[in-house]
Amino acid sequence: MTGTTPKIRIRDLHKSFGTKKVLDGVSMDVAQGTSFVVIGGSGSGKSVLLRCILGLITPDSGIIEIDGENVLEAPEKRREKLRSEIGMLFQNAALFDSLTVWENVTFGLLALHKITRKNARGHAGTILAQVGLDPSVGDLYPSELSGGMQKRVGLARAIAAQPNILFFDEPTTGLDPIMGAVIDGLIVDCVKKLGSTAIAITHDMASAQRIGDEAAMLYKGKLIWQGPASSLMNSGNPYVDQFTHGRREGPISMELRR
Amino acid sequence: MDMVLDLVARLGRATLSLIRAAGALALFAASGLSHIVRPPFYGRVFLSTFLETGFFSLPVVALTALFSGGVIALQSYTGFAQYHAQSAIAGIVVLAVTRELGPVLAGLMVAGRVGAAMAAQIGTMRVTDQIDALTTLSTNPMKYLVAPRLLAGLIALPLLVLVADILGVAGGFTVAVVKLGFSAPAYITATLNSLKTIDVTVGLVKAALFGFLIALMGCYYGYNSKGGAEGVGSATTAAVVAASIMLLAFDYLLTDLFFSQ
Repeated sequence: MTGTTPKIRIRDLHKSFGTKKVLDGVSMDVAQGTSFVVIGGSGSGKSVLLRCILGLITPDSGIIEIDGENVLEAPEKRREKLRSEIGMLFQNAALFDSLTVWENVTFGLLALHKITRKNARGHAGTILAQVGLDPSVGDLYPSELSGGMQKRVGLARAIAAQPNILFFDEPTTGLDPIMGAVIDGLIVDCVKKLGSTAIAITHDMASAQRIGDEAAMLYKGKLIWQGPASSLMNSGNPYVDQFTHGRREGPISMELRR
Repeated sequence: MDMVLDLVARLGRATLSLIRAAGALALFAASGLSHIVRPPFYGRVFLSTFLETGFFSLPVVALTALFSGGVIALQSYTGFAQYHAQSAIAGIVVLAVTRELGPVLAGLMVAGRVGAAMAAQIGTMRVTDQIDALTTLSTNPMKYLVAPRLLAGLIALPLLVLVADILGVAGGFTVAVVKLGFSAPAYITATLNSLKTIDVTVGLVKAALFGFLIALMGCYYGYNSKGGAEGVGSATTAAVVAASIMLLAFDYLLTDLFFSQ
């Protein structure tokens, strides 16, 4: 393995559901330690892309490599190991509503036997503090929390096992702009602190620029543009420009009928 | 001609999708069962499901059994009195309760109570990404969610049926003694004489199978639910309906297997 091996390498990834092509030949490289933002409209296949890398969805064809190792061809045990090195923040946090916050946060650590149940409560407090929550929140249930707090707990759960890859599925969706900025700030802090490689998918431009180093746009199952996140608003690509500026007129026509 | 072809094609498609569904269910059941015996085990999940299935179903199962036993005594009295065969009532109650009413009524009650709850809970976890979250946190959802529930159903229902058997007979006894004027010692002697180990055993075997089926249907429909609140709702309905029908069908098959000569 050389220093130039990308942390995540994807080649010609295809996935269809029935007759609908969701991913139509996606290729991308994410370098070690960078934050990669994928933008795209609703239903453009962003979530499916993340789920393919996580192994929650099996692609029809293509290559997904983590540290040069083809995930799709790895035996199940090895895939579980690779998956355990990825932390994921789900769109609606996806907290386990039958468990308390501290049980949620330490769930992965307990599953991997990295801590004992006895120490878990205290450890959860430390992780909660990292996302700006009071340790006493640990005793509440997810339904007792606001949307922003749920996102924070989801983030705490994702970083608890100190994964070297982090995925964020629309981290700011459903939050007010200030809370969105706060969550973005936490995400950047966590990624930096852990030295992780991150992929975030979003359609919030402010968030994309705050989180991302690199950015790409997914449109109709293909990556149609890639470049530094700072040039998102003036990419020169008519598709990206229409999307980032939210114009009604342009090459992208909204499909309102299926 | 076209119409005939169309009809055949439709029939073929329906058959294929039925076979596909049966295959998917069988694979799901096999996977769930295999996770029961392979570590890690989730004792905490098992205990809470077991408590919910077994202990908290006790009141509804107990009341159902008590009244059913009473009804059997009352009905058979009306029928048998015409032939002066009232003395057979104790035997009829024991037979009906241990062989059929205990397992079937307890099963149907638990299907409505616990099967529905399992489908709703797992279905909600599915549509809110909680099942995917389990996978990302190094936890196999089949092992964490499904296996403990299957095991809880398998163990809890026989215990419930044992209680239902006792209370069903007690219901018959109460009606016979208080309302129909039987002598208590005579009724008890008649009950003990007609109580057969095989009847109780087969009833408990049925119960174990029913418990498994109820949990399986709840988990299967919940696990495969999609499309938000509506999807969870239809998964819950489907789980209870499927469990009830399968329970009655397997009840017939087992009865045929054990009791028909």
